[in-house]
Amino acid sequence: MDRAQHNGGEAGAGSYTSSAAGFIISVALTAAAFGLAASGISREAVLLGVSGAALVQIAVHLRCFLHPAASPTARWNVMALIFAVIIMALFVGGTIWTMYKLYYHMH
Amino acid sequence: MTADASTIDTVRSEGPEEAGVVATQALGFWLYLMSDLILFSALFATFAVLSRGLAGGPSGKELFHLPRVFVETMLLLASSAACGFTMPAAQGGRRRAVLIGLAVTFLLGAGFLSMEIREFREMVLGGNGPGRSAFLSAFFTLVGAHGAHVFFGMIWMLVMVGQVAVRGLTAPVRSRLSRFSMFWHFLDIVWIGVFTVVYLMGVA
Repeated sequence: MDRAQHNGGEAGAGSYTSSAAGFIISVALTAAAFGLAASGISREAVLLGVSGAALVQIAVHLRCFLHPAASPTARWNVMALIFAVIIMALFVGGTIWTMYKLYYHMH
Repeated sequence: MTADASTIDTVRSEGPEEAGVVATQALGFWLYLMSDLILFSALFATFAVLSRGLAGGPSGKELFHLPRVFVETMLLLASSAACGFTMPAAQGGRRRAVLIGLAVTFLLGAGFLSMEIREFREMVLGGNGPGRSAFLSAFFTLVGAHGAHVFFGMIWMLVMVGQVAVRGLTAPVRSRLSRFSMFWHFLDIVWIGVFTVVYLMGVA
């Protein structure tokens, strides 16, 4: 599926095939995640399963809907994405780590 | 390439220079999206820390109704897909198809937003507004921030419907449509995080 076929390399402008594929895969992943959460299995299994499904679905959305790597500025798009992910990891990871330690020492 | 391109049929008339401008504009918008992502990550971090601060109030398990969130999620996903189906039509210069596509995208987005507003309304009327507990403050901030983005995206969509209807699919209009499409898909990606972290993990 040649994703850049219809456009002058604009991010966010894909083809019918990639949109359809993205939609079908996303529906399946979303249904699986909700099914897992409603199934009543152990909390750890649910957390692991829905996290995995979410990460895969985000990757599918990037590839089929946004495709930042299929434009003339692909290199910069991906650089900015990687930078944002690093900042997010510091932000979220650092916050949870710090607050958990704080909680631990106060109880 | 300015808006004075009054000829209606500028659809196939863009040279490599204009294509470069469009790509640069898309990159600029992408950088905005990444900064917005970092803003959302701060809200997610806040929610993760405060989600256990119930202050004797109800937990997500008691408040959330998963089947409804599932329908909400499907509406936004279908809206994102409808937007994806609209973009090739824009590149191909099919104005009618673009207008129909935008209308479908808008209606599905409106369905999502109305379900979210209904959920908020029921929670607030039930005494479980943002002031009830730290968990609910963080919940309304995170989910509300996403909902506000969707709301402004819908206003943007109305503007684009107007531009497509009045000016036609000129190069600047198509360029704006492609950036709107990026915004809309981006919001769906953020929602994946919201329904996973807030709702699914909240009831687990």
